[in-house]
Amino acid sequence: MREERSDMSEDEDGGGGVEQKERWGSSHGGGCCGSAKSRGGVWTDPPPPFSDQVLENVLENVLQFLVCRRDRNAASLVCRSWYRAEAQSRGELFIGNCYAVSPRRATDRFHRVRSVVLKGKPRFADFSLVPLGWGAHFSPWASAMAAAYPWLERICLKRMSIADDDLSLLAFSFPFFKDLTLICCDGFGTPGLAVIAEKCRHLRVLDLIEAYLEEEEEDEVVDWISKFPQTTTSLETLGFDCVDSAVNFEALEALVARSPALRQLRVNHHVTVDQLFRLMVRAPQLTHLGTGSFGPPAALAPQGDVMEHEADLVSAFAASSFAEITADELKPVIHHCHNLQKFWVLDTVRDEGLQAVAATCKDLRELRVFPLNATEDSEGFVSDVGLAAISEGCRRLRSILYFCQQMTNKAVITMSKNCQELVVFRLCIMGRHLPDHHTKEPMDEGFGAIVMNCKKLTRLAVSGLLTDKAFGYIGKYGKSIRTLSVAFAGDSDVGLRYVLEGCPKLQKLEIRDSPFGDPALLSGIHQYYNMRFLWMNSCKLSIRGCKDVAQRLPRLVVEVIRDRPEADEETVEKLYMYRSLAGPRNDAPPFVKIL
Amino acid sequence: MDGGVGYVDVDALKATELRLGLPGSDEPSEKPPPPTTTTTTTTAARPSKRSLDEDRAARREPSEGGRATSTRATKAQVVGWPPIRSYRKNSFQAMKTEAEVAGLYVKVSMDGAPYLRKIDLEVYKGYKELREALKDMFKCFEGCKGSEYAITYEDKDGDLMLVGDVPWEMFTSSCKKLRIIRGAEAIRGLGSSQ
Repeated sequence: MREERSDMSEDEDGGGGVEQKERWGSSHGGGCCGSAKSRGGVWTDPPPPFSDQVLENVLENVLQFLVCRRDRNAASLVCRSWYRAEAQSRGELFIGNCYAVSPRRATDRFHRVRSVVLKGKPRFADFSLVPLGWGAHFSPWASAMAAAYPWLERICLKRMSIADDDLSLLAFSFPFFKDLTLICCDGFGTPGLAVIAEKCRHLRVLDLIEAYLEEEEEDEVVDWISKFPQTTTSLETLGFDCVDSAVNFEALEALVARSPALRQLRVNHHVTVDQLFRLMVRAPQLTHLGTGSFGPPAALAPQGDVMEHEADLVSAFAASSFAEITADELKPVIHHCHNLQKFWVLDTVRDEGLQAVAATCKDLRELRVFPLNATEDSEGFVSDVGLAAISEGCRRLRSILYFCQQMTNKAVITMSKNCQELVVFRLCIMGRHLPDHHTKEPMDEGFGAIVMNCKKLTRLAVSGLLTDKAFGYIGKYGKSIRTLSVAFAGDSDVGLRYVLEGCPKLQKLEIRDSPFGDPALLSGIHQYYNMRFLWMNSCKLSIRGCKDVAQRLPRLVVEVIRDRPEADEETVEKLYMYRSLAGPRNDAPPFVKIL
Repeated sequence: MDGGVGYVDVDALKATELRLGLPGSDEPSEKPPPPTTTTTTTTAARPSKRSLDEDRAARREPSEGGRATSTRATKAQVVGWPPIRSYRKNSFQAMKTEAEVAGLYVKVSMDGAPYLRKIDLEVYKGYKELREALKDMFKCFEGCKGSEYAITYEDKDGDLMLVGDVPWEMFTSSCKKLRIIRGAEAIRGLGSSQ
């Protein structure tokens, strides 16, 4: 898979390289058959008049097999003919930043889209760093798609603001709609869900992942579960653990009973353990089961039938992640889960619990350990011991998110050597600037080992006491890194420079509370058109530096967000910049200044 | 210690010292330095060097560190750190706070007793302990008429429920007040259960 190249010198229009590029390749003419020798070649006779259309039809049929969007982007750059054919055959539209391109432009280019993935706010919005009302409204996209894509089947939105009316528009505009996945979205409520349930007769997936539904009074809550069609449904995935309001359990049970295709079910905390058991009995074919949380704290006491079910589950019961399970409660259950691949759990299971996981779950691919007490100075339940144990036992680990109060370089180095398949490594040592617990040294060597040894690493989140040296390692070895999250780290501008100069594949860079200033920002000028975005808050940036970047890169939207009006004009508290073909957005709230 | 002996000497000397000033208006004798408050920071060896913005952030927030003794979280919390989605944070804490808010101190009334009592449900591990405690508390009111009584409670919905049916944690999170029913009424109620 070739990564798209967007060197400034190749761009004819001087524009940026975005994922849906409006660029024309250098070899025009309809004679491109994809063979190397005709590319760039010159035709001596004018091509026969129909060959273009014939060729494009053939091309479309061939390009259909290209699924990966990066491959498609590359194919679209070959020549006009390929560009058109690709545009006609692209079935899934992925837009990593809803402000990078206008809805109109996207729908003008791609006509036969069946599936749309759209992302909005920067990730740090999850941690209250982006003020409310910042943007990422789904409405303009909903309208554009309703008009352009009547055969649309799937929509996946992440960090978008969606109104009930938007959901209504979806339900009425797309008769073949099958899949709605909303991740960390907000702005809608049960009325919106009700319309979807009622009108989307072919719905297969309704997956709400950590959505913030609108607050509703008791009498405003709509019984959306009852709105599903009364006949057998085609539901395969139903996830509503983030919905605060209770659902009609009888209706839910009946729904599960008439949904033979249901494989993944996530219910909210209003569903009790007993009710959950009833659901499991109704749907023995489930492969994924989760709860928002248990009502009263219930120990996972193994009970006869329940245990058999759990052994079949690919993602664990405890994947609810909100149950305060101790090591003793976990052990008898996890002991059976040999096939477990994805495990999300609270740190209440302690290092001991993780050791049990490591002993049994040899095929574990993804582990997330969340802290019960998400504060800096709380008692830590897991530590370097747990991490090392996991690395010893789960050699196939690909993705890890680990919150802890103390860590050692040694454990991280051990993981770097044992888990060569790591693609995502996110370690959060919750105390800011905390050094290695034993040696008191910075955590540079640990993270250095990760980038050095894990050749497949594309996502990295660092923490603890880190000097510029750590960034030196990242810049030197992190050649595949696409997403980097930095907080309270580094000594000087040099740190950021290392990264911007050393990581060619960098797409998403989010930094907070680190001593990087204008010189560091300017050192990345060559890189910003290759990236989706850069976020920096509470660093040492000034308006001057940001303006400088904005002037030099016209296709970059540079947003300065000020959430305290009394803060001085010169310093930049929050910077969010992203490449865009759409130019400065027209829905920016007053606290956003676009330079 | 040396200091002590020295003081005595000094004092004696002072008494004989010729000084200007009213008698009795001595300069206070040098006190021994106050014992240093051990400011054990709650996190391990913190380097003195911090980023500029760290300092700025610390100044904005109420002063952090130095308060080692309180058991609750003493560190000033920085916005968005640790990076847990507030949705998740709230869910983890939800169970705890629910228990704290709803089940802590509840009034206990007993039929015939002139005044009510208040107990902290969190103190008890289970129903047995609760019964013992209540028995103790209302010992003085148990007349010779007989000790048939039922412990009931009013739950969130306002219904009168018999204590002991549901798991302890569910009880503590939903109990609003306790009522000890005595005599005939109690016996009637107890007929079906137990």
